[in-house]
Amino acid sequence: MSKYIIRRLLTAIPTILAMSFIIFAIVDLSPADPTGNLPLTIPPEVRAKIRETMGVNDPFVVKYLKWLRQFFIAEPANLFETSTGITLPGSEDRTRIISYQTKGPVMDIIAERLPQTLWVVGSAYILGTLIAVPIAVFSAYKQYSLFDQVGTFTMMLGFSVPTFAAGLVFIIIFSVNLKWFPSIYDTTHVVTDIKSLQVQLRQMFMPVAVLTLFYTAGLSRYTRSSVLDHLQQDYIRTARSKGLTERTVVTRHAVRNSLIPVVTLIGLGIPGVFSGALITEQIFRINGIGQYLIIAIQGGDEPTMQTVLFIFAVLVVLFNIVVDVIYGLLDPRISYS
Amino acid sequence: MDEDAAQMQKARTFVGDTWRQFRRHRLAIIAVGVLAVIVLGVLIGPAFWTLDPAYIDIAAAYQVSSPEHPWGTDNLGRDTLARVLQGGRVSLAIGISAMMLSIFIGTVIGLLSGYFKLLDDPLMRMTDIFLSLPQLPLLLVLSTLFREPLKAAFGPEGGVFILMMIIIGGLQWMPTARLVRGEVLTVKSREFITAANALGAQNRRIIRYHILPNVLSPVIVAATFSIASAIITESALSFLGLGFPPDFPTWGRLLFDGKDYMTITWTLAFWPGMLISVTVLCVNFIGDGLRDALDPRLHKS
Repeated sequence: MSKYIIRRLLTAIPTILAMSFIIFAIVDLSPADPTGNLPLTIPPEVRAKIRETMGVNDPFVVKYLKWLRQFFIAEPANLFETSTGITLPGSEDRTRIISYQTKGPVMDIIAERLPQTLWVVGSAYILGTLIAVPIAVFSAYKQYSLFDQVGTFTMMLGFSVPTFAAGLVFIIIFSVNLKWFPSIYDTTHVVTDIKSLQVQLRQMFMPVAVLTLFYTAGLSRYTRSSVLDHLQQDYIRTARSKGLTERTVVTRHAVRNSLIPVVTLIGLGIPGVFSGALITEQIFRINGIGQYLIIAIQGGDEPTMQTVLFIFAVLVVLFNIVVDVIYGLLDPRISYS
Repeated sequence: MDEDAAQMQKARTFVGDTWRQFRRHRLAIIAVGVLAVIVLGVLIGPAFWTLDPAYIDIAAAYQVSSPEHPWGTDNLGRDTLARVLQGGRVSLAIGISAMMLSIFIGTVIGLLSGYFKLLDDPLMRMTDIFLSLPQLPLLLVLSTLFREPLKAAFGPEGGVFILMMIIIGGLQWMPTARLVRGEVLTVKSREFITAANALGAQNRRIIRYHILPNVLSPVIVAATFSIASAIITESALSFLGLGFPPDFPTWGRLLFDGKDYMTITWTLAFWPGMLISVTVLCVNFIGDGLRDALDPRLHKS
C-alpha cells in the first residue's frame, strides 16, 4: 500500500508541473494589463516604468521559473519560519509571490480569506452529505413510492436550478419580503457570546442553504442509483433467503457496498470546498477565496490568478490520490500491489 | 404469441426502439413538451411579440406587469418579454454549439485513445490533466483574458459568442472522452471487429462503421446533459458579469442586470432565472429518459 502511495505521489509530480505550466502560460500570455485599473492621468512612460518594476516585461521563461521557485521554495520556507519561529538561512533575499493589486504577499491574503470559505462552503458540504445519503437510501429502497417520486423530482430540481437563481429566490423571499436573514455576509462579525453566535448563524443560513440544496441534489441522485444497482444484485437475494432481517439486508449488505463509490464522489468534491462556491460567494458578498479570484481577474492581477488557480489544481490532484487510496481500503476487491 | 409475431414482422429501428422505451418515462415526455414550447417561443416568438427589445421608453420604466408589458420592463423601460425571447436564442445557441464542440472533441479523443493502443496513454494523461484543472475559475480567467483579441477579430457580439462556445466546449469534453474510450475498449474485443479485421477492413472503416455506431448511445446521453451544463455555465459567466456585453441580452446577463432591481421589479430577474431553470430541468429529464431508453439492461420486453 505505501508503495502504491509513493508511486502515485511520484507520478503526480509531472502532472502538477504540467498544470503549473498550462496555468501560468494561459494567464501570462493573455493580453491583460496590470496597470489597466490605474488612473488614466498616469502618463504612458510612467505606466511602462510601473510595469517594469512589476517584472511584467521579463521573458516568459524567467517569470515562470521565478514563480515556480517562489511557490515551491520561498512560500513553504516562509510558512515554516512563521509557524516555528526558526529563521532559515537566506531568509533576507527570499522573494514571495506578490500581488499586483495589493502589493502584498498573495499567500497572506489567501490565508486571510480561507476561513470564510471553509466555514460557509464546508458546512454546506457536510450538511449536504448528511442529508443526501439517508434520503437516497430510503428513496432507492422504496423505489417508485411517493417518497421516491417526490424526492427524485426535488433532487432533479435542486440539481437543475443554478445556484445563482436559487440564491436570488432565497434573497427575495427571506431577505426582502420576510426580512428573516441578511442578504450580505458580514465577515468582520466576531462570535463572542450566544447572541453574536445567533447573528453568525443567521447570516450563514442563506448561503449554506443554497449550497446544501445543490450538494444534496447531486450526491443523492448518484447515491440513489448506486443503491438501486446493489439492491438488484444476487447477493442481496442470498442474504434475504438466508433469513436475515430486512434491516440487516439493507444496512449491512446493500448500503455498505453501494456507499463505496459515493465515498469517492464525496472525496472528489472536497477540492471544490476550498476553491469556494464562486457564485454563491459573489451573491451573498462573502469575501472568500472565490471572490478573491474574481477580484484578481477584474484587476488583471496575474500572480494572484496563477497562484490561486494552481493551488486549486494541486488540491484536485492530491484528493484524486487520497480517494484512490481510500477506495482501495474500502473495497477489498481492489488491490494495489 | 400472435402479438409477438406481429411485432417481429414490423421492422425495428434504433430510433423506433428508443422512442418506445422513452415514452414510458412520463416526466421526460412532459419535459419534451415544455422544452418544445420554450424553443418555439424563443425561435418564432419575436414574430408575434413585435416590441423592439432595445426600444427605450423611460416613461414605462420599472413596471412589474402591465397590459402593454406583461412581463414588466427594466430600468430603461425596455420590454422584458421581448428581451427574454431575444436572450433565449443566444443562451440556447451557446448551449447547443458548446455541446457539439465538446462532444466532437470528446468522441474523437475517446475513439483514438480506445482504438489505438499507442495513443491511449498520452491522450488519457492529457484528459486527466484537463480534468484536474479547476473548471469554473479557469473559465472565468479565460473569458476575461481572451475577450479583447476575439472582439477585435469577430466584432463584439460574434467574438464573445465564439469565446464562450470555445471555452465552455473546450473544458467539457473530458467525461465524454473517458466514456467513449471505455465503450470502444469493450466493443473492440468483440468478434465482429475481429471478423472485420479478417476481411481486411481498414482502421478508418472499422471505426466509422463498426465502432462508432456501437458507442453512440452513451454519447447521445452525454450530449443531452452537456447542453444543460453549457447553458448553466454560460449563465453563470454572464451572471458574474464576465459573459456577454450588457446590451446583448442572454438569460444569464438579464438575470445579472435584474438582480439589482429586485426590490423594485422582481419580474426582471424572475423570468430569465425561471427560464434558465426550467430549460435545464427539462433537458436533464430528457437526458434521464434517454439514458433509461438507451440502456439495454433496463429494457423490458
